[in-house]
Amino acid sequence: MDNKQYDNHLGIIGWLGGGRWGVERYLYILHRVTGLGILLFFLIHIFASSMRMYGPETWAAAMAILKNPIFKLGEFFVFVAFAFHALNGIRLILIELGLAVGKAEEPIYPYKSSLNNQRPLMVIVMVVVAILIIAGGYNTFFGSH
Amino acid sequence: MRETAYWTWFIIAAIVILIFAGLHMVVMHLSMLGVFNPEGGAVTNWGNVAFRSQNQFLAFTYIILLGAALYHGLYGLRTIVFELGPKKSFQDTFTVLLWIVGLVLFAIGTYAAIAAKSLELAL
Repeated sequence: MDNKQYDNHLGIIGWLGGGRWGVERYLYILHRVTGLGILLFFLIHIFASSMRMYGPETWAAAMAILKNPIFKLGEFFVFVAFAFHALNGIRLILIELGLAVGKAEEPIYPYKSSLNNQRPLMVIVMVVVAILIIAGGYNTFFGSH
Repeated sequence: MRETAYWTWFIIAAIVILIFAGLHMVVMHLSMLGVFNPEGGAVTNWGNVAFRSQNQFLAFTYIILLGAALYHGLYGLRTIVFELGPKKSFQDTFTVLLWIVGLVLFAIGTYAAIAAKSLELAL
């Protein structure tokens, strides 16, 4: 892997600006943030669910901790992150495979951005994400558990 | 070439996660599937947990999901860290460290999934 350092290297600061890439760039940032959040949850989940090895008392003690309202809110955030990351990930794979990006055109000035062809897919995916988040929120806070 | 292989496995792991995490969500969150929650009540009640732990198919799906999620998550973390432009020596060390962390967590999770098969049912 090329290890060349560039003068315009922005590091984490570079993630915060979408520039001319628009909303897709912010989705890219959100994809990474949600990915890191899910990874953190997953590492905790491995240890928490492994508690069942030690029998019903240890398991009950671990579950008692997770009944705290803070964890309930955390569970909802994990669901939000998971819904976004999964559906946006499907969108990224489709685009990577050359689907939903329109047909290839000869690059004649004024050039057209393929982002315009990708945008309907992005809008559809984000609407589905929003519906899932509302349904998940209702189930988490008002559903019967 | 190696980076291409890493990335290809990253995408394959994402598809595996979609399938198996989806299945995990259905089993854990759709209370109508009483077949996985014979004790009734919360899915985390001991009787339900012990019952699911004895199911070989579910144990198999846990292990597949564990491996795919660890690989996908840790490779994603590696990509993010590498974008910050660390030196080659750091990149190599970090890659080895992630492999070790991933394999240890996979061993712990797999052991838990297999050892939990002997849990006593409280039904």
